[in-house]
Amino acid sequence: MPKDDIKEFRLVGTRPNRPDGLDKVTGRARYGADITAPGMLWGAVLRSPHAHAKILKIDTSKAEALTGVKAVVTRADFPTGLTGEEWNLQENTMAGEKALYDGHAIAAVAATSSLIAQEAVRLIEVDYEVLPHVTDVDDAIKPDAPVIREGAADASVPEGMPPNVVKYFEFGRGDTAAGFKDADLVMERSFKTEATHQGYIEPHACLGQLGADGKGEMWVCTQGQWFIRQMCSAVLGLNAAQLRVTPSEIGGGFGGKTTIFMEPLSLALSQKAGGRPVKIVMSRSEVLRATGPTASASMDVKIGMTKDGKLTAARAEFRMQGGAFPGAPVDMALYCCLAPYKIENVEHIGYDVLANRPKCAAYRAPGSPMGAFAVESLIDEMCRKLDLDPMEVRLKNAVREGDQASYGPTFGSIGLVEVLEATAKHPNLSVPLGPNQGRGVASGYWFNHNGETSVSMAISEDGTAQVSVGTPDIGGSRASIALMVAETLGIAYEDVRVNVVETGALGVNEPTHGSRATFATGKAATIAARAAIKEMCRRAANEWGIDEEAVEWVDGAAQPAGPNAGDYPPMSIKDIAKNMGSTGGPISGHHESVPDGVGASFGCHVVDVEVDPETGLTKILRYLVVQDAGRAIHPSYVEGQYQGGAVQGIGWALNEEYVYGKDGRLQNPIFLDYRMPVASDLPMIDTMIVEVPNPGHPFGVRGVGETGITPPLPAIANAIQGATGVRMSHLPMTPTKVLAALKASQE
Amino acid sequence: MSELTVHLWAGLRRFTGGLEVVTVEASSIGKMLDALVEAYPGLGPIFEAGISVAVDGEIINGGRHRPLAPSNEIYLMQRIKGG
Repeated sequence: MPKDDIKEFRLVGTRPNRPDGLDKVTGRARYGADITAPGMLWGAVLRSPHAHAKILKIDTSKAEALTGVKAVVTRADFPTGLTGEEWNLQENTMAGEKALYDGHAIAAVAATSSLIAQEAVRLIEVDYEVLPHVTDVDDAIKPDAPVIREGAADASVPEGMPPNVVKYFEFGRGDTAAGFKDADLVMERSFKTEATHQGYIEPHACLGQLGADGKGEMWVCTQGQWFIRQMCSAVLGLNAAQLRVTPSEIGGGFGGKTTIFMEPLSLALSQKAGGRPVKIVMSRSEVLRATGPTASASMDVKIGMTKDGKLTAARAEFRMQGGAFPGAPVDMALYCCLAPYKIENVEHIGYDVLANRPKCAAYRAPGSPMGAFAVESLIDEMCRKLDLDPMEVRLKNAVREGDQASYGPTFGSIGLVEVLEATAKHPNLSVPLGPNQGRGVASGYWFNHNGETSVSMAISEDGTAQVSVGTPDIGGSRASIALMVAETLGIAYEDVRVNVVETGALGVNEPTHGSRATFATGKAATIAARAAIKEMCRRAANEWGIDEEAVEWVDGAAQPAGPNAGDYPPMSIKDIAKNMGSTGGPISGHHESVPDGVGASFGCHVVDVEVDPETGLTKILRYLVVQDAGRAIHPSYVEGQYQGGAVQGIGWALNEEYVYGKDGRLQNPIFLDYRMPVASDLPMIDTMIVEVPNPGHPFGVRGVGETGITPPLPAIANAIQGATGVRMSHLPMTPTKVLAALKASQE
Repeated sequence: MSELTVHLWAGLRRFTGGLEVVTVEASSIGKMLDALVEAYPGLGPIFEAGISVAVDGEIINGGRHRPLAPSNEIYLMQRIKGG
C-alpha cells in the first residue's frame, strides 16, 4: 500500500536541474509566437485612439479590397445576447457601441503577411464621437464624473452611490469607535498607488484556427488553457468541447495571462477566412495599452495604537479602479491589509469604480500590495512616533493559529510568528546605516488558492513515469511536481517527466493562479502516484498469490509487508512495468478534485535604502525576503519566487506607473518609458525560507508565488522615511516625487 | 438537517433585514447557500457573482458538496481569486 506519512524526504527539498533549462537557454522552447501552421495568416488589430468615444461608423471596405487581406471582423461578427462577465469579456475583446479606453480593439484583419495586415488596419475608417473621459479613481467616483456605462452596478451597490461605482463592499467586527478611544495614538492617512503592469517578458501571442463546422484549435501562451477555451467559447458562441487549446511555453504571466484579449479575434478571423489559421502577436505597446494591468487605488486608513504598541482598532476605506469593467480587487485588498494583525475592532469599506482604462487583470496577490502599502506605512509611522521597534510591534500583534482573522474566519496553521522571529534574527537587521540611509520593514499576506484540478500519470514500460498536468509552468511547478511524484514512487527525479497538456487530455483545470500549482496540482499528482502504487502492489500480490493488503511499497518496489505475508524478494517498479502488458495492462493513476487544505502564507521584508538628497533617487542597498513556504519542494524555485516578487514590488514602489495624459491616452506604452527595474538597479535579493508545514498538503506545501510582492511597497516607503524623515504616500516614489517631498519638508 | 450559524459580510445586511449573522437549516455548503437565498432572495445575485465559504478557517471554493455541521464556523466571503 502507498504510504501517506513520509517524514524523511529523499528528494523533496533538494535542488535538481530544472526540466525546462536546456530548452530555454538553447532557444528550443516554443513560446506563443514560435508556433506556425501551413496556410497561416497574420492578424492585426485596429485600436481606439480615444479614451471614450461613441463608434458611429466603421468602414472596412478599403481594407477588404487590399490584396492579401483574407478577413476583417468587427463586433458585428460576434454573437449577441451575452450577459454578465461573458458580456464584459466580449466587450473588452472588441468594442461595441463605444470605445471605452485608449487601445480598445475596434476591428481586426487577417492577411497573408503581417505587414499587409497592419497596412489594412490603417485603411479601416472609423467615425467616432469623442466623449468626456475619466482615468483617475478619485475623479471617477465623483457624482458628476463621465458615466462609463449605465447600469453596470451590481446588487451590492446601495442606491444613491455615484454612477461609476459598480461594486460596494463592507465588513468588520467589534466597535471601532471604542477601540480608537482605547488608543494612546490614533492616526489617519490617505495613500494612492498607480496602476502597474505585470511586465512579463513574452507578449501575448496565439494561433487560432476555426472551421465553418465550429471545430477549432488554438495554440497560445496562457496561464490557463481551460479558461481560454471557456472564455473564447462564450464570447464566440462555440461548443467548448470542439475547441482544443494547447498552451505554449510561457514567458511569465503573474496573473495577466489568466484571461482573453485577442484570442477570440484570431478564431473569428480564421472562421471568416475559410478556416485558415490566424496568428496574432501583440507588440509591447499593445500589451501595455490593451491587456490587463492591475488597478490603481486611493485609500484612507485610520489606526489606533497604545503607547506600548498594541493595536486597538483599524478602519480602511479603499477605492479602486480596474478599468472600464468591474473587477478591481478591492475586496482582496481589504481582506489582506490587516490580516497579519490581531485586532478586535476593524472596519473595512471598498468601492470598485469604473474608469476609461483597460480592463484590469489579476496581478500577483491581486489587491494585497496596495492594501499593505496603506496599512504597513501607517503602522510604521506610528511606531516611529511612539519610538517603538517595528519588528516588536508586529510580533506583539501577530496573528497565530486559532486567532480570528481581520476578515472573519479563524486561522488554522499559519507561520507569521515564525517568519517574524526569523526575520528579527537575520544579520541584515544589524548592519549599521550611514547618512541618508534608512531601513524599512513590512509584512504581507496572501490566502493561496486551490481550484479545479485534474491530473493523470502513467507508468512507462521501463518504470519511469509521465505526469500530465493542466497548469502551465510559470514558476517551477514541473520540477516541484516531478520531485513529489518521484518521492512518492521511490524513483529518481530524472525518471519523471511532467507535461503540461492541452484541453482534450484532462478534465477541467483552473489556471496556474493563486499560487496554486505546486499545492493543488502537486497534491493531485501525489494522490495519482499513490493510486498507481496501489495498482502496482496489486500486481505484485497477484504474482505472489498473496493478499494485496499484505504488500507495501518501499523505495520504489513492492515487498511483502512482513514475514507473515510471505518470503518474496522486492519487485521493483521496473520489474512491474516491464511486465504490465501481461499482468493486466497499463498502469496509471488519476486524481480530480478541488483540493482542500489550502494553507495561507505570510512574509516579512526588510529593505535598506539610500536616498540621494540632491536628486531624490532611491537606491536599494540590501533587501531581505522571509516567507513561510510550508515546505520548499525545490528551494531554488522558492527563492526565485521570493526574489521575483520582491523585484516586481520594488518596481511598483519606485518606478512603474501607467501615465495617462489629459487626452486620456497612455503616455508611456513602451518599456523605455515604463521603467521596470533591471538587474543593474538591484543588489542580490536575500531570502530566508521558513517552513511551517501546511497540514492540508501531503508534503506541507502552502504556495509561495504571490505573498512576496506584497511587502515591498510599504517596506521601501518605510525605509525612505527612515532615510529622509519624509513619508511618501503616493506611489511610485520616483526621484521627482521624493525630491519634491524633501523640499516641501524643508520649507 | 442541522441549524448552521452563518457569518455574512456587513454589506449584505441590507438583504437580511439588518442581520450580519443568520441561521439556516442545511447539511452542506450547497444546501446552505440555497437556504440562504430562499430566506433572503436578495442574496441570490451576490452569490451568482461568485462566493467563497470559509469553514473553520479554511477558504473553500466550489465545494457545494462539502458537509457542514452546527459546530462549524462559517463565514461567507467574496470569491478568492489569484494571480
